Amino acid sequence: MSKIKTFSKGGIHPQKYKITSDVPITDAGIPDMVVIPVRQHIGAPAKILVQKGDKVKVGTLIADADGVVSADVHSSVSGEVTKVEDAEAGSGYYEKMITIKVEGDEWEENIDRSPNVVREISASPEEIIEIVKQSGIVGMGGAGFPTPIKVDVPSGKKVDCLIINGIECEPYLTADDRLMQECAEQIVIGAKILNKALGIQNAIIAIDENKPKAIEAVQKITRSYVGVNVQVCATKYPQGAEKQLIAAVTGREVPPGCLPIDVHCVVQNAGTVFAVYEAVQKHKPLFERVVTVSGDAVNNPANFRVRIGTPASFLIAKVDPQQDVGKMIFGGPMMGTAAINKEAPVTKTTSGILLLKQTSVVDPVVSACIRCATCLDVCPQGLEPFAIANFVRNAEYQEAKKIHVLDCIECGCCSYSCPARIPLLDFCKLAKYEIRKKK
Amino acid sequence: MLKVSTAPHFYSPVDTRSIMLNVIIALVPAGLAALVFFGLNALITMVTSVAGCVVMEYLVCRYWFKVPSTTSDLSAVITGLLLAYNLPCNMPVWMTLIGCFVAIVVAKMAFGGIGKNIFNPALVGRVFLFISFPIQMTTWLKPKIFDFLNVDASTSATTLTLLKHIDSSTSATMLSAKEGGLPQYWDMFIGNVGGSMGEVSAAALLLGLLWMLYKKVITWHIPFFYVGTFFMLNFIFWLSTDSQVFDPLTQILSGGLLLGAIFMATDYTTSPMSVKGKIFFAVGCGVLTFVIRNYSSYPEGVSFAILIMNAFVPLIDMTCHSRIFGTGKKQKEK
Repeated sequence: MSKIKTFSKGGIHPQKYKITSDVPITDAGIPDMVVIPVRQHIGAPAKILVQKGDKVKVGTLIADADGVVSADVHSSVSGEVTKVEDAEAGSGYYEKMITIKVEGDEWEENIDRSPNVVREISASPEEIIEIVKQSGIVGMGGAGFPTPIKVDVPSGKKVDCLIINGIECEPYLTADDRLMQECAEQIVIGAKILNKALGIQNAIIAIDENKPKAIEAVQKITRSYVGVNVQVCATKYPQGAEKQLIAAVTGREVPPGCLPIDVHCVVQNAGTVFAVYEAVQKHKPLFERVVTVSGDAVNNPANFRVRIGTPASFLIAKVDPQQDVGKMIFGGPMMGTAAINKEAPVTKTTSGILLLKQTSVVDPVVSACIRCATCLDVCPQGLEPFAIANFVRNAEYQEAKKIHVLDCIECGCCSYSCPARIPLLDFCKLAKYEIRKKK
Repeated sequence: MLKVSTAPHFYSPVDTRSIMLNVIIALVPAGLAALVFFGLNALITMVTSVAGCVVMEYLVCRYWFKVPSTTSDLSAVITGLLLAYNLPCNMPVWMTLIGCFVAIVVAKMAFGGIGKNIFNPALVGRVFLFISFPIQMTTWLKPKIFDFLNVDASTSATTLTLLKHIDSSTSATMLSAKEGGLPQYWDMFIGNVGGSMGEVSAAALLLGLLWMLYKKVITWHIPFFYVGTFFMLNFIFWLSTDSQVFDPLTQILSGGLLLGAIFMATDYTTSPMSVKGKIFFAVGCGVLTFVIRNYSSYPEGVSFAILIMNAFVPLIDMTCHSRIFGTGKKQKEK
């Protein structure tokens, strides 16, 4: 095993709370009704193809990508479309959603439901990209960037390194961890598929140190696959952030305003790679994913295989929540979104649903900045959050831009570690919003 | 009821109060050393100073600013302790209280309280007392180990005062220094010398430094570069002159250098934020301390050096920045 790598500057070590890393993935089952948003990705909402009353099967295309930066959406259940209207998403915003009343569990005929692993990659690079596009695959780590764009290398750009992100540095979340333990071979085949599409021979699966079982499982498989290797990374947040991961694995730094492709890298989340495998080898579009349901207000935390569109309440009921739930979070505690609507659906980017106790979500009391420089030390991007906050307080957004606020990756290290509990990340986000609005 | 808020949804256990508490813990060894060497007098001065600072901050918050008191963040306790450590143990109580007033009310609260002051409050208090009451501020009791009441106290010169006298060399003082006027390294290391009560024991101060480094309260940059710069300058100076008494180790172990480098120059509010800035600041402190100690009429230069560099902090912060990810040297190497 090569030596453990990490990024050079900043980062924090929050409590891990990985209580579900030994809980096998179980099927959550099918709810009576699913609510599928037509925008589960960065970019334009997909165009709706169904109407009220239409019958759909599992895997039926119900919304079509609108333009390049968009993604197809498929039905995750079989049944009847009952509503196509705005509903509250986990983010708290209203989104166009398709409500489907479940009747049975009838899948589209071409989906291979057998449990056997298909190892032979018969699709050509062009076919792979087309299948990934038609399967509605997006980055499942949280950002939801449409995968076909990343895989389809623009002319003039060169790729020499595919990195599979198995870091999952957010506390509590174990969806990718479990997936790597249970479906290591599929992920490795997925990496080979992406290799073929990108026209390169090697892939690095990056896993952080605190997942020994996942490392072992994946390493066992990679021995028989040439070109796929495991890179162990240090357990440090935000090791899983794209730029920090590239820096750790290759030593290259993505310059401000550039994309990973500019340093010849493509990064894909482990869950996304699994979805690519299923799409290309099993003809299964992205309509289910692994979701960790955990938190300190949950008695039986679990990892579920969940159909997209399943309401959070359906999953919460399965994990025996305690009485004093103070916060529900879609995603991890560092970057996730606090939600109030328990009927909000699981989307392609929901890696976890967390329930935190009333006592662990006490509002922070903000006091004066003591200039301790902790925010400078922890910022993985080398920014000065305190200075950005000072400019934003005076609405001097252009000044904040001069000190590179647009390079902020919104990891939240600054807010997490500020001893005065100043919401530094909020100031950075506000500055970015105001600067982009002006453009 | 479900709460909504922006990410992150939980926080590091470290807060302002816990940081200040760790600094106080780091100050304990030096306080104990003061009690051992100076007895009851030291205790009285420390208690007066801490109580004075806390009460004054409380009064200013409640009756001048009309806001909830900020004394619970414990920063006033640190100011009080540091002020006491910078005083001779036999300081009259009323003078100590004047020092507290200048430190807390003038140097800290008048600028807006914690995090907003430009100069280190304890040092401002000390320098004010030093200029106002030069006799009392430079009358040092001879340390007496475990003689708690320090009954037959006799005065003693500090190492630095001795050095100064030798510097203005009449043959007589030269002689008296040679006959054992200068303390031994070991005495200076454990603190068995005359001086301000918190500065005498290098060992206790270094223990405090280790604690703060271990708890990640401060980084090593400021103490290292401050003492390092000062040592190098003195070393060169020592080699290039034929004087036998200016050896750099004595210089470092004497006076307020370690107390200043470990506890005063590292004060968050009045030191730069970036690592580059910290190094610049510390080197500046080292150079100024060297210049003041060797070329001015004052035997001690630490307080003035740090205060002068404090004034440069906003400028340093404006010029020294950390490297933005993906830019600069590292990128070109590729």
